[in-house]
Amino acid sequence: MDFTPLLHGFGIVLQPTNLLYCLIGVVIGMLIGVLPGLGPAATIAILLPITYGIEPVSAIIMLAGIFYGAQYGGTITSVLLRLPGEASSVVTVFDGFAMAKQGRAGAALGIAAIGSFIGGTVSIIGLSVLAPIVAGYALDFGPPEYAALGLLGVLLVSTVGNGGKLKAIIAAAVGLLIATVGRDTFTGAERFTFGNLNLADGIDFVPIAMGLFGLGEILYNLEENHKKVHAPAKVTKVWPTRQDLNQSKGAITRGSGIGFALGILPGGGAVLSSLVAYAVEKRRAPRPERFGRGAIEGVAAPETANNAAATSSFIPLLTLGIPANATMALMFGALLIQGVQPGPQLVDQHPDIFWGVINSMYIGNILLLIMSIPLVGVFVRILRVRPAILAPITALITMLGVYTVNNSVFDVYLVIVFGVLGYLMKKFGFDPGPMVLAFVLGTLIESSARQSLLIFGGNPTGFLTRPISGTIFAAIVVVAVFPLLRRAVRLRRGDAAPVVTDAGPAGTQQSSQVTREHQSTEAK
Amino acid sequence: MSTTSSAVPPSTGEGDILEELKAELAQELEDERPPHAGPLAQVGAGVATLALGVAGVVLSLGYGLGSLTQPGPGLWPFAVSVAVTAMSLAQLVFGRSAEDTEQFTRSSALTALGVASLVALAMLLPVVGFEVPSLVLMAVWLRFLGGESWRMTAIVSVATVASMYGLFVLALSIPLPRLI
Repeated sequence: MDFTPLLHGFGIVLQPTNLLYCLIGVVIGMLIGVLPGLGPAATIAILLPITYGIEPVSAIIMLAGIFYGAQYGGTITSVLLRLPGEASSVVTVFDGFAMAKQGRAGAALGIAAIGSFIGGTVSIIGLSVLAPIVAGYALDFGPPEYAALGLLGVLLVSTVGNGGKLKAIIAAAVGLLIATVGRDTFTGAERFTFGNLNLADGIDFVPIAMGLFGLGEILYNLEENHKKVHAPAKVTKVWPTRQDLNQSKGAITRGSGIGFALGILPGGGAVLSSLVAYAVEKRRAPRPERFGRGAIEGVAAPETANNAAATSSFIPLLTLGIPANATMALMFGALLIQGVQPGPQLVDQHPDIFWGVINSMYIGNILLLIMSIPLVGVFVRILRVRPAILAPITALITMLGVYTVNNSVFDVYLVIVFGVLGYLMKKFGFDPGPMVLAFVLGTLIESSARQSLLIFGGNPTGFLTRPISGTIFAAIVVVAVFPLLRRAVRLRRGDAAPVVTDAGPAGTQQSSQVTREHQSTEAK
Repeated sequence: MSTTSSAVPPSTGEGDILEELKAELAQELEDERPPHAGPLAQVGAGVATLALGVAGVVLSLGYGLGSLTQPGPGLWPFAVSVAVTAMSLAQLVFGRSAEDTEQFTRSSALTALGVASLVALAMLLPVVGFEVPSLVLMAVWLRFLGGESWRMTAIVSVATVASMYGLFVLALSIPLPRLI
């Protein structure tokens, strides 16, 4: 293992201009991420245009800053407003908001920042060691393996979460369909363009991401009437006391490990890890009744774990080119825009870029820790600004931002179309995540599948006879069949426990849907 | 996107806490949500995606499926469209009783107005530049969607558009269509 490029990479990342870009990324990431209702995916989507005009290395470093800043922005709203930015900081609400009510919001945010930093750093070290090894194994992957992997990735993201699996798979399939719009790369035939020249080159990733995640959220939040509006708690003293730190030590250590391990799983890694980390602490605690009433470990554990998981979910992305969740799909798109093609070849052929991406994560993480503590006061002030004032500002940034990417009015219309679609999807219980993910992977899956058919001389069983792609297809079958089996077992047991879903605060949420579907199938 | 505890086999005690946590979370999220929209919305969603699937099937047949040895441009979209169609039918049959939709309320009209103002911005942008349409958009959202005072509306609109001008035109020199 040659670590020279790694050290060389640090030289690039530590240049003052790049540090400045990273700093700007962290601050803007937090600024947008702290807006209620905008999670990390929405934040990265809205900020995509600003990374456009910068040279690739700086843009990647800035993206790392945005990524960590956006994650922390969601934590701030979880603690202060009881509004988690995304599913993986929902657990933080239990004790974080309780601490805020006791006037310990500062300690909660401080420990979250420290935990996120430690969890993230542990995870990046693990990523540095593990990623080249995984990529080495994946080097001899051919088109059949990629087709299988891409399909598995889409399926996992759609089905690993509970709730409306059918709807998630429909959303993913529609995403695959949207990816086919434009000129067919093999034959040059135009598909689904309806004679529109703007569609001939296909639909750009940026308006889709900005529309579905950014504008869709903003439009959805215009219906504020069903939301309880909370005024944020006062924040004093953002530094945890010695006792706080002592109490959180174990939680942060264990959370780092749990987050790193579970984050590698495609699909629900970050959410699951935050739940597991919280559950572990509660079980180990001498007085578990403190949990839910402002136990600092109840903030430290999930926040450490979800940041560690968010970081280790880069492993499947950087080594296989398979994004594990919606946020990763956005990072994937953003890297593609910069000319970086994540996949097994990356570490081999472009070690400088590969290590540049990883090193920028270290820097982003450190700057997050440095900036989060002094800036908390600023964010609290932002939270006191009424949503009615923030909404049009964000909407206008989105509209003008998407125009600047290609200087195209057509993109502005596209962002509106996908914004409305994102809004309607939320209203009708579809998660936009799988759609964006499938869109990002769609071209890869189609071209790999077609190349494979050519390799196999038109015999589709070739997918199953190659050892690796056969194994992946077996996994696909398991992923597809497993929920059905589980449902059957549950039906037999008559178990009807509601389950959590991948829901943001106001997200699509199908907690008792599975149960209800049981009942409806039972009735048949 | 949480998974079940079966994905990672935790020890029994942990499993119980996990299950409890999930139930608690589900409850928490349930409390925050507006009333669900009932079976009609589920059917509507299913019909919409079904129509999309069928349209996809018809169009991709037109592009030509080719053969397995020489896949045509329509083969992959056809396969995906068939999947959309099949899943939508399944949704229509099994998903009617789910409660994951939300009712449209009177405040949904605000969203409609918001969308209309965005479309107006897109139409006017190449004609009269971004400043005036942006000001109008800000004013509509602040005054009519957000119920802010005229004074606040004026201050925030002008300040925002001025900062956008500073950012996009002066700092980043992006050729936004503009008056000034």
